[in-house]
Amino acid sequence: MVASNTGSSSIGQRLLFWMALGIVFIFFMFPLYWILISSIKTRAEVTDRVPSFFPFIDFQPTLTNYQELITGETVESASGVQASGSRAEFRDRLINSVITAGISTVLAVGLGTLAAYAFSRFRIPASNDLQFFILSTRMLPPIVVLIPIYIFFTDLKLQDSFAGLIILYTSINLPFVVWMMKGFFDEIPVEYEEAAMVDGYSRLEAIWKIVIPEAIPAMLATAVFSAITAWNEFVFANLLNRNYASTVPPYLNSIVGVGAIEWGRVAAGSVLFVIPIVIFTYLVRNHLLRGVTFGAVRR
Amino acid sequence: MAEVRLINVNKKFETAWTRRRATGESAGVLAVNQLNLTIQDGEFLVLLGPSGCGKTTTLRMIAGLETATTGQIMIGDREVNQLPPGDRDIAFVFQFYALYPHLSVIDNITFPLRAQKLPPDEIKRRVERVARLLRIDHILKRRPNRLPSGEQQRVALGRAIVRQPQVFLMDEPLTNLDASLRAEMRVELKHLQQELGTTMVYVTHDQTEAMSMSHRIAVMNLGVLQQVGTPLEIYNRPQTLFVANFIGSPPMNLIPARLHDGRQIASEDGPLRLDLNGHRLQADSAQDGDRKVLLGVRSEDMHLADETDAADVSGVVTVREPLGDETIYQVETEAGALLVKTPPRIVRQPGDRVGLTIDRRRIHLFDRATEHSLLV
Repeated sequence: MVASNTGSSSIGQRLLFWMALGIVFIFFMFPLYWILISSIKTRAEVTDRVPSFFPFIDFQPTLTNYQELITGETVESASGVQASGSRAEFRDRLINSVITAGISTVLAVGLGTLAAYAFSRFRIPASNDLQFFILSTRMLPPIVVLIPIYIFFTDLKLQDSFAGLIILYTSINLPFVVWMMKGFFDEIPVEYEEAAMVDGYSRLEAIWKIVIPEAIPAMLATAVFSAITAWNEFVFANLLNRNYASTVPPYLNSIVGVGAIEWGRVAAGSVLFVIPIVIFTYLVRNHLLRGVTFGAVRR
Repeated sequence: MAEVRLINVNKKFETAWTRRRATGESAGVLAVNQLNLTIQDGEFLVLLGPSGCGKTTTLRMIAGLETATTGQIMIGDREVNQLPPGDRDIAFVFQFYALYPHLSVIDNITFPLRAQKLPPDEIKRRVERVARLLRIDHILKRRPNRLPSGEQQRVALGRAIVRQPQVFLMDEPLTNLDASLRAEMRVELKHLQQELGTTMVYVTHDQTEAMSMSHRIAVMNLGVLQQVGTPLEIYNRPQTLFVANFIGSPPMNLIPARLHDGRQIASEDGPLRLDLNGHRLQADSAQDGDRKVLLGVRSEDMHLADETDAADVSGVVTVREPLGDETIYQVETEAGALLVKTPPRIVRQPGDRVGLTIDRRRIHLFDRATEHSLLV
């Protein structure tokens, strides 16, 4: 019965499959599309009661929102260029985001990888208890510790500093990195390092020449997730910063909060905010798949 | 080329204290117990035993991948206990080859040479020689994980040979090959060792590998060295019950019996009676009275006979296994179920009544309490 079915309904099945895929695709991609087109509409078009969907057909696209956001100058007024209150603020915030997310990701992946290697390879007293402790720091929502951390940061003068945010994001991501990387290291046969040590290398050389090259896909996959976490973080960034080290998420929120909501500018900011992560993920995409499916494809 | 000596070597694996606390387990497991073994210069020695017998731990201690808890390990005239693996001048071939997947075959092979910082033309000369020897010239540029397991095996051997070490250490290197390739590699490895003349310590649980390749076999069980000897010594004169049982296929028939006055053997069940004429007992074994023993007879040292009267013991054929070059019969006798190996021209069917005669020159006798051989 099964055999006769597959022949006749294979086209129908395929159609169903592609339709289902299409629905899922539209469901997930529409918000992004909506932000994208909103960012190239004028203020009037964004707030129009009748929504318009297709650029060049429903409305004429414009880059004004991006221009305003990046230069910090208002283009719109008829009397010419006008000084705006937030001079190129978005650009500064974006640079801040890149610095904090970038450095904290490098630190978290670097430190976490070393810790994970130790957990995977050495006999550490109370190893399981330590690992559970590390995991347990992810068991409560970070917002629960908001007040203690605020007090810490005030006392240590870490408020509104890059060091503060980088330390915070590194420690938020570390447990994740340790657990991910330990899983990957457990999959790498210990014989590789033993072979290298018999071949005349020290353990550190064996790690550097053999283990790290093997672990790079896993490290990149872990780095993508860590970077996204740090990149998106809003609550702490909003509370712990005034201006100097503030990142994009609180800034986008602040545009929403001032007077008439500039939806076009918010959308443009969101688009620009997404781009770095998309580029990073795109660059490491080949490693990402191997990293995420690491345990599944090995022997 | 060098001799390897293990002197009173012990290895104890400590149990983690959390586990000790949780399960009340003892402080550790003695993986290797008072091991004394000398592997001669240029010798091919096989460490043989079931899994968990301590053979791999022994090999890893020689390599320096495990540290001996007590005792001395000598390679040549150097004590190597404190030396890291890289300074012991050995090469190790792993069961899963451990070829570095991100390096090409040639980079895998030159990896140990680069650690020694050899000049490039010397590296090139050695790689060419090894590639020719192992017939892997055509795959030098490829990645090892894309190669069939037989070629991976050769690359792993190449990485070991290219160092020109004092000692080769091999940990079940043929386990992952299919049967025909394994037989081929057995011959090739033996040939290679003869050609290079390097001392070789080879771990396996496969008695065929051990018998066919080695100069001498060291049989281990539960961390204790049972017997060291040439393959034929081990086969013909097993010193312990374990060796008798472990070596030989099918395993040796063991018949519960009593030794009377150090001369006569009588099976506990059934009418089997044998004289010990022509055999000498171990000096401390000749005692008066009855002694509980196990009579050991290999399946090829018994013969089928139709006349049950003249036979040592008689019974009924229950299973017939024709293997082509020989046939194995299981015969249910009063002394127990016995396995008999016969030439293929002798045909009996299950249910046939047969007699068995035992070749008296080739019997074995083990004390049931000590499990040691009683015959000299």
